[in-house]
Amino acid sequence: MMLRALGFALLFASPALGDTAEVVKDHIRAGFQTFADQTRALSEVDSCDEALLRPAFQDSFDAWMAVAHLHLGPAEQGGRALAIFFWPDPKGQGWKAQQKLLAADPARLDPTFIAAQSVAARGLAGLERLLYPAPPLAQDPCPLIHATADDLARTAQELAAEWGPFGALMLTPGAPGNTRFLDDSEVRQALLTQLATGIEVNADSRLGRPLGTFEKPRPDLAEARASGRSLRNVVLSVQALQDLTRRLSPDSVKTQAGFDRVLHLARTLDDPVFAGVADPQRRLKVEILQSTLRGLRDTAIAELGADLGVGIGFNALDGD
Amino acid sequence: MQRRGFLAGLAALTLPAPSWAEAGSPAFLAAGKGGEAFVLHGLSAAGESVFDIALPGRGHAAAAHPQQPFAVAFARRPGVFALVIDCRSGQIAHRLSPPDGRQFNGHGVFSADGALLYTSEVIAETSEGRIGLWDGVQFTRLGEWASGGIGPHDIRLRRDGTLIVANGGIATDPTDRSKLNLATMRPNLTQISAQGDILAQAELMPELAQNSIRHLAIGRDGRVAFAMQWEGEPTEPVPLLGLWQPGQAPELCPARQDEAFLMRGYAGSIAMTGGGKIAITSPRGGVVMIHAMDGSPIATHHRTDVCGVAARGDGFVLSDGTGRLWSCDEAALRPLRKDGPAWDNHLVTLTT
Repeated sequence: MMLRALGFALLFASPALGDTAEVVKDHIRAGFQTFADQTRALSEVDSCDEALLRPAFQDSFDAWMAVAHLHLGPAEQGGRALAIFFWPDPKGQGWKAQQKLLAADPARLDPTFIAAQSVAARGLAGLERLLYPAPPLAQDPCPLIHATADDLARTAQELAAEWGPFGALMLTPGAPGNTRFLDDSEVRQALLTQLATGIEVNADSRLGRPLGTFEKPRPDLAEARASGRSLRNVVLSVQALQDLTRRLSPDSVKTQAGFDRVLHLARTLDDPVFAGVADPQRRLKVEILQSTLRGLRDTAIAELGADLGVGIGFNALDGD
Repeated sequence: MQRRGFLAGLAALTLPAPSWAEAGSPAFLAAGKGGEAFVLHGLSAAGESVFDIALPGRGHAAAAHPQQPFAVAFARRPGVFALVIDCRSGQIAHRLSPPDGRQFNGHGVFSADGALLYTSEVIAETSEGRIGLWDGVQFTRLGEWASGGIGPHDIRLRRDGTLIVANGGIATDPTDRSKLNLATMRPNLTQISAQGDILAQAELMPELAQNSIRHLAIGRDGRVAFAMQWEGEPTEPVPLLGLWQPGQAPELCPARQDEAFLMRGYAGSIAMTGGGKIAITSPRGGVVMIHAMDGSPIATHHRTDVCGVAARGDGFVLSDGTGRLWSCDEAALRPLRKDGPAWDNHLVTLTT
């Protein structure tokens, strides 16, 4: 009896558990390194030519979407995630601050000066307003573009560097002095939380803000609309989240299928900045994408939660 | 019946009243969930369990009798019952049901002499706030007062015997907690005399009307610290901590700009040390923020699903949803205990 039980346990041990080390190394650290590389390339564009700056900006934004869901650790220190991409900005704080900077003496616009500005004025959101302005800017944005890009590249470099030691914390849970992660289940829970929140952000913010209500759609609130990236950001974010899921829980068949469904819907949407939310027929497609994402979140929490033996926080999930 | 009641009353008079020492002299009470079972623990100052008692469902906060080993565990909202638990035996001594049309709203507190229990309640249909009054020994209903607002949640007692109520401002559906009035909500702080009269009230500025005032801590000097939960646009960086001296305007204490979103608009619990330091927690952000007496931020620590917080000496004890207890000050977070149940929202300090 004992033997049979033991054999059973060995044969049907937990499904292939993902490798946290692989997540840290190949998903997180590699992603932040690419982001650091792309933003450095952007900062090294020694020109004021939009035709050179815009592609480097787009590549940097692509790289950010691969890691933007990773809010834990270095990105949440010092408000860095906000300084990299401040969105949404309902009060237009970023543009207000940038107008002052555009009027300032260009000689003052070094990265240290930019780093001391409001997070709303910095990073990708700041660059987008300068590179895709409407209407055209009264002042020459070039000095501010270069200073903002330098500041962004420096922040990206810090993130990549700090994921070394912070990644080490994730890989040595329970080691003396490591109060951040006390055992492996806490690392898995932290990653599951990033995954669930990341899916939520796509449904609630990237789609939810332009959707507004049926009576009052808000296509003007779509993310990265000026640079034409609204839908692309959703696709890239979902791809990144699927990559995280594959590494975390290779056998999560239902969740993987859910990701495939979402990506199929997104890729066939043909509405790059969600302008269609104001048209009942085309709006429906965005709503279907949104509800599919919400279903995916529930599926992921249920399936990966069971597989990883963790849930979303007991208190975080259900406040009072 | 009359005679039995009389004899029981006589016995109560002649026997020495039971004390918390008979229940292991806990410093804190905390509810939690271990496996599928709900429990109430009495905890020593070092975080060890001095008792644990099964609860029939998920608890929210508890109120501890100041002298006798009785804890009142409130059901989660919409609360149709509260249980008075004899912490010596784990037996349910009384089961409190709010009067018809009323619901418990999560918190309660005893008067300093233990003679009265005050409970935060709402009229189910309208969410209009009430403070229920109960006899602190027999646990019979004595009456009720207006709480001074909609959806009262935490209530606390000041040393001068007045009550402070956090009227959260949120009207909820009587059956399912869904929020009905987010566009028009107006939370307030209300001070109520021991006779039930409203002595002072304070509201937030109109642009912060969607900041639900939900939890309270009282300083030795009677100063009120309050923790808020933001129901407005999530991208607004709003203060989640405030200070109030009744009779004056409340003072808001914003986080540092670079940490303005760490709590994700949600402070779940609050505590103040004897020296006036204040901690607020956010399980959503997984952080505890410690503030100086004037409300300025002095330290932030990260901890998954942290929520319960109580003052201990010059620092704090924290509980989290992974079953761990911590001691903490501005310098560091230090583990006290693991392998507890998933600790629920609050750590309740015994006043003895």
